[in-house]
Amino acid sequence: MTAPALPASLVENPRLDRWIAFQPDRTVRIATGKVEIGQGVVTAIGQIAADELDLPLDRVAVLSGSTTYGPDELYTTSSLSIMVSGGSVRLVCAEVRAKALERAALRLNCSPDDLTVADGQFLQNGQATGQDYWTVAGEIDLSQAVTGSVKPKPAASYKLVGQSVPRIDLPAKVSGAAYLHDVLPADVLHARTLRQPSRGATLAALDEAAIRRAAKGELQIVREANFVAFVSPVESVAEAAAAAAPQHVKWNNVRRIEPAAQEAAWLKGQPAEDRRLGAPEPATKPKRLVEITVSRPYVAHASMGPSCALAEFRDGNLSVRSHGQGMHPLRKNLSVALGLPIERITADHLHGPGCYGHNGADDAALDASLIAMKIPGRCIRLQWRREEEFGFEPVGPAMLVTLHVDLDERGRPADWTTEIWSATHVQRPGGGSGYLLATEALANPPPEVKPTDPPVERGGGGTRNAIPLYDVPAHRILHHLVQRPPVRTSALRGLGALPNVYAVESMMDELASRAGEDPVAYRLSILSEPRARKLIELVAQRSNWKARGPAGTGKGLGIGFARYKNSAAYAAVVASVTVSESVAVDRVWCVADAGLVVNPDGARNQLEGGIIQALSWTLKEQVKLDSEGIASRDWDSYPILRFSEVPDIHAELVDGAGNPSLGVGECSVGPTAAAVGNAVAYALGVRIHDMPLSRERIMAALLKV
Amino acid sequence: MDIAFKVNGEARQVGVPQTASLLEVLRNHLGLMGTRYGCGLEQCGCCMVLVDGEPAYACTREVGTVAGRNVTTIEGLGSQAKPHPLQQAFLDEQAGQCGYCLSGILISAKALLDRTPNPTRAEVVAALDKHLCRCGAHQRILRAVERAAVKLRNAPVGARRAT
Repeated sequence: MTAPALPASLVENPRLDRWIAFQPDRTVRIATGKVEIGQGVVTAIGQIAADELDLPLDRVAVLSGSTTYGPDELYTTSSLSIMVSGGSVRLVCAEVRAKALERAALRLNCSPDDLTVADGQFLQNGQATGQDYWTVAGEIDLSQAVTGSVKPKPAASYKLVGQSVPRIDLPAKVSGAAYLHDVLPADVLHARTLRQPSRGATLAALDEAAIRRAAKGELQIVREANFVAFVSPVESVAEAAAAAAPQHVKWNNVRRIEPAAQEAAWLKGQPAEDRRLGAPEPATKPKRLVEITVSRPYVAHASMGPSCALAEFRDGNLSVRSHGQGMHPLRKNLSVALGLPIERITADHLHGPGCYGHNGADDAALDASLIAMKIPGRCIRLQWRREEEFGFEPVGPAMLVTLHVDLDERGRPADWTTEIWSATHVQRPGGGSGYLLATEALANPPPEVKPTDPPVERGGGGTRNAIPLYDVPAHRILHHLVQRPPVRTSALRGLGALPNVYAVESMMDELASRAGEDPVAYRLSILSEPRARKLIELVAQRSNWKARGPAGTGKGLGIGFARYKNSAAYAAVVASVTVSESVAVDRVWCVADAGLVVNPDGARNQLEGGIIQALSWTLKEQVKLDSEGIASRDWDSYPILRFSEVPDIHAELVDGAGNPSLGVGECSVGPTAAAVGNAVAYALGVRIHDMPLSRERIMAALLKV
Repeated sequence: MDIAFKVNGEARQVGVPQTASLLEVLRNHLGLMGTRYGCGLEQCGCCMVLVDGEPAYACTREVGTVAGRNVTTIEGLGSQAKPHPLQQAFLDEQAGQCGYCLSGILISAKALLDRTPNPTRAEVVAALDKHLCRCGAHQRILRAVERAAVKLRNAPVGARRAT
């Protein structure tokens, strides 16, 4: 018999005991490499396991992000947790359930088919048999590899999957006990760093005496090459030292940048690796070429809590606790960066403030580890300062996107080129480059990592959603991967999807307008995908699109649509805006198709969160630079959307119709930005191509009307 | 000299400088970790506590200024086992994602409802506008505060104040 293709996580982690363990307190521990970042994944994985094992949810304990017990599933990214980790847990549980029933049947001298499972107990003809998972657990060899040969239950039999089960982590989070940041062992030492201003900068002088005077308390200053940290039993002493340090240090070789580099327009003409993907160049010259250029600046993850980590180096072993998005990769990278054998390192995930991508969490773990190895036997709690979080986390790259679309005689796209200028979206150290921020400050920094972009088949990075889902006979991508951006860039929710969808959907409205057609009708005329069509029709209904009124009145509706990565969930969004000197978003309607939804309320929460974050990026956010780097280092200089600016949101998931689960966490981001852009264009009668849609840009656009 | 004040109804004394931040005293000296550090600049609201019933940023508040006063933190509202109606309403609405901002928001919501038991949506928004939430749970949070208001108005008078 041929086993079906296994999810990547099971290929990499085949042993059943990496995923499941029967515990003496009559619970089952399910381990996942994906971590809770506020998206509800721990609850959803629990629902999947409980259903497959016929257990109530409270008998399933989900262990997330443990390098000692749990599987290596790389990072918690790309809206893949339910599809990949959830899919893996489902197969593992189905197989272990079958093995358990086989053992019980042997004991009971019956066929496994005679047995049913209720609350983990095995019943025969509805009667208790005295056998359950825990009585036979010792006879199941969980060191075996998963085969994937046991078919999971049919969706129709699910009891918990598909239900809006309340998040299991939320009660702790509304009552004050929850995060890594709050773990404070008795003899903990608090630490802060003095950041090297840029790669290559060298420490010329550090006035330790002045820093000690400012710190006003017991202080250790840890130095290794150009890495400096302040350590104290009293947190405010370490903090005061770090706050004072920039006035008492001299750096050489600090990289200077042009402040103009903060704008996306700077990207054009910079050294870049150029790629051409998709259809060959058309043989004939374009006849009816339409071009549009949009941009998005550098944007921050802007987590509510600065990055933090705990590390302890004892008897040659390093234990690290982190709120990063992948503990196995962190462990590998710490091993490389510290030159410590990997067997001597453990990394465990504890919950942290939402990160929305690759922020400073992993870097903080190396900072803490470097300090811990200098002060063995003590637990080091390292926390970044607020200005450090804004100033040194990798940011979402600025992007410039130009669409070159040649039309047929009916005004439909005949040939489509998406041309992209962007720095890399992926600088996670991944499988072991060892590249974490503080390595740049060490004596032998690792070589600079060559910028890359993931293959389009895997969703791409700068190229994410560059290809529209509409029916276009020929399309290609010209990708200019800018080699040396002014600041470190990496993954931020949606990667290139937001600017690319903004571009594609702006183009759709432009083309509809040229054709003299309604934007919804125009889209439907070139969209054959039934699931996509249904969403666009539905969101038009929900928003009463037909009654949207004339253009140029200062009020308007706009639509945006995409299927995230062209492979995950579909989302269609309509935004209603009022534009005077600035943009107020009044209402947002979103309908999404994510196939089988494990936790509908959790998925809606993700849609809503994506909408609000995208509104914030689209309307307000831009990382500001000065000659030394990131200048926007607090919430006044980096404002985000506030309660008074949040619109009324209607988010809805359509019936999954028997389709498998599709990642939902990032699908609303691009369509929301696009819907707002189109609504503003309709309200003003003139399009604003560059994000954020700030007051200055509105005023400039109004002068053009 | 020790500084004496009440936290969540309980008399506490700490031997720290007058200028120490209330946030650090609560977290590192009194073990009340629910009040969170966000920015240290009164810009995000993660550290909000009540001082004599009024919302105050614990990050910049010098502990010397709360001597003899009543401080309420998130732990003073309720616990997982016995949540305050506001905390229960946040669970009922699943109002949160990462949850890091929630301690401060719950504190400001409590101050609002203590003062204004029947707030309009605009009043709830105004009371929470100094708080930032990065996950985008705003709409659920507003609904949760309104839900709690209804519940508290219908509750017997004695049950309204947890501290």
